Amino acid sequence: MRWFLDNLDEIRTLALQHLWLSVVPVIAGFVLALPIGWLANRFRRVRGPLIGLVGVLYAIPSLPLLIILPGVIGTSFLDPGNVAIVLSIYALAVMVRTACDAFGQVPHEALESASAAGYAPWQRVVAVELPLAGPVLLAGLRVASVSTVSLVTVGALVGVSNLGSLFTDGFQRGFRTEIVIGVLAVVVLALVLDALWVALGAVLMPWRRA
Amino acid sequence: MSGVFGEAADWLGSSAHWHGDDGIPHRLLQHVGYTCLTVAIAGAIAIPLGLWIGHTGRLRGLAIAVTGALRALPTLGLLTLVVLWRGIGLTPPITALVVLAIPPLLAGAYAGLESVDRQTIDAARGVGMNEWQVLGRVEIPLAMPVILGGVRNAVLQVVATATVAAYIGLGGLGRYLIDGVAVRDYPQTLAGAVVVVVLALVLDGMFALLQRFSLSPR
Repeated sequence: MRWFLDNLDEIRTLALQHLWLSVVPVIAGFVLALPIGWLANRFRRVRGPLIGLVGVLYAIPSLPLLIILPGVIGTSFLDPGNVAIVLSIYALAVMVRTACDAFGQVPHEALESASAAGYAPWQRVVAVELPLAGPVLLAGLRVASVSTVSLVTVGALVGVSNLGSLFTDGFQRGFRTEIVIGVLAVVVLALVLDALWVALGAVLMPWRRA
Repeated sequence: MSGVFGEAADWLGSSAHWHGDDGIPHRLLQHVGYTCLTVAIAGAIAIPLGLWIGHTGRLRGLAIAVTGALRALPTLGLLTLVVLWRGIGLTPPITALVVLAIPPLLAGAYAGLESVDRQTIDAARGVGMNEWQVLGRVEIPLAMPVILGGVRNAVLQVVATATVAAYIGLGGLGRYLIDGVAVRDYPQTLAGAVVVVVLALVLDGMFALLQRFSLSPR
């Protein structure tokens, strides 16, 4: 507890960096997963290959990918951007599948009624399909968000500072308290971010009051 | 770009890296060994439990909550903590890996049984099967693709986490990554990373085939 209070500033800096490294990939992954998931649901022929490709991306372990990526795109090894890109790939991999399912469970009758009522195809996607897929999309976003917050910590191993740095630092000094506080901070951050997505969902989907 | 990959290819091609305790075959074998050991232990715990939860429908809420909560737990934190707690050696990291492998296995087992059509189960009871027969001859075979999906997730997770566990002194392929970063030997780090990725993709592909075959009727 003492250590926590003494190092509050440091922890706050790490937590902010951690937050940034989590939010960017989750949002980037979500925005990219929407059209891909929509296409995968709409066109049966691309669904198999797309879902397969996404599964392969998901199968690649994070630490090796963090090491390979700078070599591929030519960034510096210590660039926090690498972590953001790698985690965006995972978030995308998790969410494409959910997005495909989310669009898949939209009732056909609703789409047909929308067409009958005069919605243009793109209008129907934005005003009917997207809102009806919303709840499942939100569920996928929450899963991706929780695992991303936890995965960011691996970045500490390649020298990108975040709350995971408390693990490496605590380990090197043999100081348990620091690691425990790090774990708690990561879990709290995941919960806070999760609450944020839920709140955002409630604002964007006000009809969903149960 | 081709520069670093060329150096990594040279590193992989050098015969010095294919012999002895720090050679690729030995490290690869270690990595696969840890993975098998971990998944076997975790499976012995999680699969019977998951089958029981799926068959009886009891404790389902708890299983979902535990699986979700464990996802939020940062693996690196758990690994470092376990070593400071229990000391170095093989047991602490394997224990941590087992804990992390349990949720996907558990989820696969109970979700698999839940995916089996209720009417099929009732029909099996109707023709006079007892509970063990229903489980062994109807539910498990029908749930097999989903159960194997859980094993697949667990294996991939353990391969990835065992790499991270090199940081706390575990052997295996992660050594190349962690040691390489420590001494800034980028070719070695990159070569090790490529080997881990290949291993993960090969295992993933094997399970994809296994899942497909488990679907075909007998």
